[in-house]
Amino acid sequence: MPRKTYVAAIQEALAEEMRRDDRVFLIGEDVRIGVFPSTRGLHAEFGDKRVIDTPISELAVAGAGIGAAVTGLRPIVDLMFGTFLYLAFDQIANQAGAMRYMYGGQTKVPLVFMVQNGAGSSAGHHHSQAVHQFFMNMPQIKVILPSSPYDGKGLLKSAIRDDNPVIFLHSLSLGGKRGEVPSDEYLVPIGVADVKRSGSDVTISAVGPTVYTALEAAEELATEGLEAEVIDLRSLSPWDKQTVLESVAKTGRFVAVDESFPTCSAASEWAATVAEEAFADLKAPVQRVTNADVPMPFSPVLEKAVLPSAADVVAAARKTLT
Amino acid sequence: MHHQDIPLEVVQDIYTRVLRIRRFEEEVGRLFRQGQLPGFVHLYIGEEAVAAGVCAALTDADTIISTHRGHGHVIAKGGDLKRMMAELFGKATGYCKGKGGSMHIADFDIGMLGAIGIVGGGMPISVGAGLSAWYTGSERVSVCFFGDGAANEGSFHESLNLASTLTLPVIFVCENNQYGEFTPALHAMNITDIADRAAGYGIPGLVADGTDAFEMYRLTKTAVERARGGGGPTLIEAKTHRRGSHAEGEEAFLGGQKYRSDEEMAAAQAKDPLLLLHTYVSENDILPAAKLETLDAEITQSVAEAVDAARDGPSPEVESLFEDLWV
Repeated sequence: MPRKTYVAAIQEALAEEMRRDDRVFLIGEDVRIGVFPSTRGLHAEFGDKRVIDTPISELAVAGAGIGAAVTGLRPIVDLMFGTFLYLAFDQIANQAGAMRYMYGGQTKVPLVFMVQNGAGSSAGHHHSQAVHQFFMNMPQIKVILPSSPYDGKGLLKSAIRDDNPVIFLHSLSLGGKRGEVPSDEYLVPIGVADVKRSGSDVTISAVGPTVYTALEAAEELATEGLEAEVIDLRSLSPWDKQTVLESVAKTGRFVAVDESFPTCSAASEWAATVAEEAFADLKAPVQRVTNADVPMPFSPVLEKAVLPSAADVVAAARKTLT
Repeated sequence: MHHQDIPLEVVQDIYTRVLRIRRFEEEVGRLFRQGQLPGFVHLYIGEEAVAAGVCAALTDADTIISTHRGHGHVIAKGGDLKRMMAELFGKATGYCKGKGGSMHIADFDIGMLGAIGIVGGGMPISVGAGLSAWYTGSERVSVCFFGDGAANEGSFHESLNLASTLTLPVIFVCENNQYGEFTPALHAMNITDIADRAAGYGIPGLVADGTDAFEMYRLTKTAVERARGGGGPTLIEAKTHRRGSHAEGEEAFLGGQKYRSDEEMAAAQAKDPLLLLHTYVSENDILPAAKLETLDAEITQSVAEAVDAARDGPSPEVESLFEDLWV
């Protein structure tokens, strides 16, 4: 099976879906030149009409995507960084997710917002935040964050074919990561987790780059004879509650790892759900491992200290075991 | 005010649209005062010539986007009074099954892509409707109704610039009713004509007398031809008057404070679009008095039927809360 990078897998998903369906098009800032390699080369194949460069106007471009979606097209709106979605908040929070419901089911909004998510390039607060937790709080918007090239391609293809608005987050720090990507067509369903490692002592849930943090922690725990089960949620909204609850039923211990600011993080939601629905299975209080509660600093030393580390996860897991 | 270049049937059609909006809105005002309508309503009385003139220049395939003050736009585009009224009552028989309300009525079958409750919120969406017409090579144009208040939002700038740079078939119709809520528009901007801003986007900016439905029709025709011909967007500023409140019942929540003078209100009354049209069609023998009376009676009757049907209609089942979710 060919090995490809995370961004190459995303680019492949875009190209395949644009070939398959001529209602699919890409719109955003510098999508032609491909300032992020995920869109590079698409303009050469698909031309001006289907790869549309726009002014730096996140609000209008997001809304234009919505307007195009409700009139029959299937736009992919590339707004570069997750933090730039904040400039388009009205269109996402007030319009995209609500329109179908608000108008009594008269319309649908088949639209993908595509942005990079999270830290890892020492770019400071405005270009290094994970934003997924905000959008988990909005009804009727799907949010996905793949951790591998395989999932990146398969989930993005599912997102493009989905008739609902989807925020497709790709991890800034995983862009160059390589993995196996089949040549044959495949899809990864939205809302289904992937158990990355089986174990019976503690359940660790994570998403995006923290999946690797969790796996690293699991290896460390294994040297102490403790077997962690690591679940890659892959989708944040809707998220695969069942897989987490089944795992906790087996292990009785739960650690939620998430690159978010701690309050109302994805980890908060997972932890609350486990506490609410699996209390009887728990042998210890649930633990959350998140970013430090500070704006993202610039210095690589400080940035690293903000993010969840394997040592943090190991410490949290130990707390559930003692 | 003149109609020489406008076919007679269009004149009659425009008159009918204005009257239908007026009678509907008057009834909504009454129902609100009687406490029969939940939430709040923003009436279009005084501004009818804008929606009627603009929509008479559109085809059924053309799309519109509306605002919190949207009833007039829905009616002018051909919306169904019964489904509208039922929505205002929050009934299952309403356009949005009671999930939208006054500020969120849509009828996708007639190209009415929705009223948007956020000031300026519809502008980017109208650009997208224009984008999809351009993308598919359709003749369709996208009309965006918005107010003077929205002209001070960032979305105004982004939307006009985006539509202009991509040369999209979008017509931006600014209803300058002189007030953003309770603040005079002239306190909120340092220019007299919002249309002047069009120059900053390299598109035509036209100032229209928004109380003259014929002028609105005429200017819209020009903008539609330009858009269909690939010429890109136009900004039309309709100078109009909000005859009534920002929101019905405002006297109560303003504690009786006044923000408009009696002279100003009297001047707006003298420029009432229905009054102007009625006088015009009567004096020019376009519609005989008897015909005007019949028309008024028919419309009044259809509004009354809409109210009866809305009142008698079923409320939504609580189970419907979880319908119209994921596709």
